[in-house]
Amino acid sequence: MAFHKINITVNGAQEQVVVPSNMTLMQMLRESLALTGTKNGCSAGECGACTALMNGEPVNTCMVLAAECDGVEIVTVEGLADDNRLSPLQEAMLATGGVQCGFCTPGVLISSRALLDRNPNPSEDEIREALVGNLCRCTGYVRIIEAVKAAARTQVAASA
Amino acid sequence: MTLDTHPTLPEFEYIRPATLAEASDFLARHAGEARPFLGGTDVFVRMRDGFLTPRYLVDVKRLDGMNDLRFDPQAGLTIGAAVNMNRVAAAPEVQAHYPLLAEACRTVASYQLRTRATIVGNICNASPAGDTIGACLLFDGVLHIQGVDGPRLEPLKSFFLGPGKTTLKPGDIVTAIQFPLPPQGCQGTYIKLGRNKLSDLSIVGVTALGCPDAACASGYRFRVALTSVAPVPLVAGAVETCLAENPITPDAIQEAARLAAEASTPIDDVRGSARYRKQMVGKLSARALNAVWRKLG
Repeated sequence: MAFHKINITVNGAQEQVVVPSNMTLMQMLRESLALTGTKNGCSAGECGACTALMNGEPVNTCMVLAAECDGVEIVTVEGLADDNRLSPLQEAMLATGGVQCGFCTPGVLISSRALLDRNPNPSEDEIREALVGNLCRCTGYVRIIEAVKAAARTQVAASA
Repeated sequence: MTLDTHPTLPEFEYIRPATLAEASDFLARHAGEARPFLGGTDVFVRMRDGFLTPRYLVDVKRLDGMNDLRFDPQAGLTIGAAVNMNRVAAAPEVQAHYPLLAEACRTVASYQLRTRATIVGNICNASPAGDTIGACLLFDGVLHIQGVDGPRLEPLKSFFLGPGKTTLKPGDIVTAIQFPLPPQGCQGTYIKLGRNKLSDLSIVGVTALGCPDAACASGYRFRVALTSVAPVPLVAGAVETCLAENPITPDAIQEAARLAAEASTPIDDVRGSARYRKQMVGKLSARALNAVWRKLG
């Protein structure tokens, strides 16, 4: 099987990685770059635990080939905090109890980040719709949705 | 026996040709062992599950014109094969002139899957359940296809041959789908019946489009496309005739909905029984036609 040399920016750092054709972006992040915040839930594009930003838009990284990612910019959950300071979204997720076992949390954070980037003041319906692809088996979603609302309020207040 | 719940993709070669001609030539030379892919959201899942074992996956996303989305007041809308569904749903041209297409896109899976999923991929996958196919049929979509003998056009209505089967031949690459201008004053809706409100595959899909039309005795032209209820996505012609010839009344809409159910040929599967599906085609067709009729009023 062929290998491909790709140049990729991950959380602001330039990386050069050699990947086999059948390696997914999720596997590359976890196994080649040791960024294990991106979780492997279903490997089928359904659960959203592996969600990361690809050129600013959320993708299921299990549904992207690493070989396709030459020249691409990726942000994973590890890239959300500013140095060691959590983002308002991360703070809100902790404060509301939106984190329980934590397995879905990285994907939820990335999908929520992408939502707030394209819609800084989403309605509850818009939040629910944006998180359709992120399954959580602990929280029942209520606290996660509260966290996104709280983060939106903080963000709007900060930019006012 | 151990059950691997996280199977990795089987081995294959990832190929990214520089030109359309090169891609087409490669696919033709490796007929049966190479397939083109766009977002991969169907292909990867089927490869993981062992249903597809291509030796070569040919990435056609970055080829010329594949990422264009243009609207022309005369020629209509052209959507490049690699334009993802989120982009289609958010495009002002689509929202202004073909809102039904945006509505259909938003029912597919989740936002992050739609960053990768494409309308042309949905079409080429040829699932009877394809959510965007009904809207594409009712807007009279035409596929732009690059084959080994050069480019050609093919109407979507004659493209599907069976589940997963299309008229595409080795070496063919669909580069875009084009829609003529929509009928003046048209209104549409897509009703997707899934096991949950969002994100699931459809059990029944009903797409309806209606417009004022002086050439019809009723003064209106209605069309209904059905998905998940026949081997291929289906336009129920009897619905159009019924509502063109008879005044639009609640009874006429009930009759048209009955004809839609009659046109469907569903099967029993894991998502629903044939009997249930047929009944739902009737109910949902009536609901969709009434919704469109209200919007036209």
